[in-house]
Amino acid sequence: MSKAVVTVMGVDRVGIVAGISSLLAQYNVNIEDISQTIMQGIFVMAMIVDISKMSCSFSDLKRALEDRGKELGVEVLLQREEIFRAMHRI
Amino acid sequence: MKRNFISLEEIIETIQMVKKEKLDIRTITMGISLLDCCGRDPREVVEKVYKKVTVVAKDLVRVVREVEEEYGIPIVNSRISLTPLSLITANFSESELIELGKTLEVAANEVKVDFIGGFGALVEKGMTKWEERLISVIPEVLSSTEKVCSFVNVASTRAGINIDGVNLCAKVVKRSAELTATKDGIGAAKFVVFANAPSDNPFMAGAFHGIQEGESCINVGISGPGVIKAVVEDLKDVDFRTLANEIKKAAFKVTVAGELLGREIAKRLGIPFGIVDLSLAPTPNPGDSVAEIIEAMGIERCGLPGTTAALALLNDAVKKGGVMASSSVGGLSGAFIPVGEDAEMAHCASQGKISLGKLEAMTCVCSVGLDMIAIPGNTPEEIIACIIADEMAIGVINSKTTGVRLIPVPGKGVGEKAVWGGLLGEAPILPVEIGNVGLFIRRGGRIPPPLISFNN
Repeated sequence: MSKAVVTVMGVDRVGIVAGISSLLAQYNVNIEDISQTIMQGIFVMAMIVDISKMSCSFSDLKRALEDRGKELGVEVLLQREEIFRAMHRI
Repeated sequence: MKRNFISLEEIIETIQMVKKEKLDIRTITMGISLLDCCGRDPREVVEKVYKKVTVVAKDLVRVVREVEEEYGIPIVNSRISLTPLSLITANFSESELIELGKTLEVAANEVKVDFIGGFGALVEKGMTKWEERLISVIPEVLSSTEKVCSFVNVASTRAGINIDGVNLCAKVVKRSAELTATKDGIGAAKFVVFANAPSDNPFMAGAFHGIQEGESCINVGISGPGVIKAVVEDLKDVDFRTLANEIKKAAFKVTVAGELLGREIAKRLGIPFGIVDLSLAPTPNPGDSVAEIIEAMGIERCGLPGTTAALALLNDAVKKGGVMASSSVGGLSGAFIPVGEDAEMAHCASQGKISLGKLEAMTCVCSVGLDMIAIPGNTPEEIIACIIADEMAIGVINSKTTGVRLIPVPGKGVGEKAVWGGLLGEAPILPVEIGNVGLFIRRGGRIPPPLISFNN
């Protein structure tokens, strides 16, 4: 199974979760976990998503998320999950 | 069973390391063996080399970009290191050698890599006629190309120091700078003289693919001074053991990231993964500086007393953390202390806080040597040879790699600065002690290897 992490950062407002998750659904990307927090006044959300059945390429999804982020006024990153797991585990 | 979930803190920490602390992979270097390109006819050899490089490295840059995008960690440079070219050019004339150098540039451009290294020779013990010939054309090759890098290994703990080779290299340094006078001697910045050169080093200008290496492989050079600096800055009141331990942990994370990306790139290219070089490689960008780490430890300006001890601690902690993270560590591994490529180091040098003498002392405890140091353009060749010899002696006696990358900037002197731009940055011209050393360096021959070479 292929997983990725979607990170969203920016000023909190109505519609961020809906905006991002509807886009993921559109590309057949399943959200497995969501956590969020407010760090120094900035809204931070991370989603673990399953990209093994996505209907587009990784880079297309990345661009689409970035564009949606711009509409919502937040920064969105898409990265493979392995990098996070590797860096913080012995 | 679901494996332990990644916490939000870990995700944020990783992103912060990239965004704020400038964590990046400095270089992905593809090593390519050229031993099968040997032949009688130089023209044929040049053709084979061109073909091999452009075929083997065809997909390198595309795959590097792909992996960079998917993992979200910037990869600054893609490079190629080749079998030392002296090994396949025994019957080349000077003009054919220059032609080969230019062909390497064309090949590098075709596959879109940033640098191509290996135009050099290993002459620590003896020097053949063709090796001498190849070394003598290095200035022409470096000045007529932009991406070709060159090295010569003139010393090793087993063989001692080949002073004839040192003298020849001093000529190369001087001539390479002169031929690129309009660009502040940039030719000399693409040339390294080594003692105990590692054959799997992914960092230019000294990268080459040693004969003991396989057909091809992917070597990774990690960077990350910013990440280490952030750790050190947060630990103002701790003792040295704690400090060293925290640096180790950060080095671990950086190394794991490098190895993960390197292995993924190698897998996608279908070639073996080589090594991770866990070096702190600075760039001229603010915040990406080894000198700033030393200052964060509590030394006002890099170069003041205490600097060597601070660097020793840093270098050792980085290696310890990195070795824990990867079982394929190689290359130079440690902290680089270039003057030109490290904005804070250059700043300290321009303020007179750091001298050539102090830099030489620092090379005893770190991984590279006298790196990217601008000196007056009128520095005599014999003085340059003696600076090289001194640095080679440090490597030979201490069984470590040392290198020299000096740039005698044509037409400029102390108080002025050389500006190269890009990753090479800029550097103030450091004063060099001048005196008569001719009798010493003109003796020629070889300085014998130290007793430790018989450590069998």
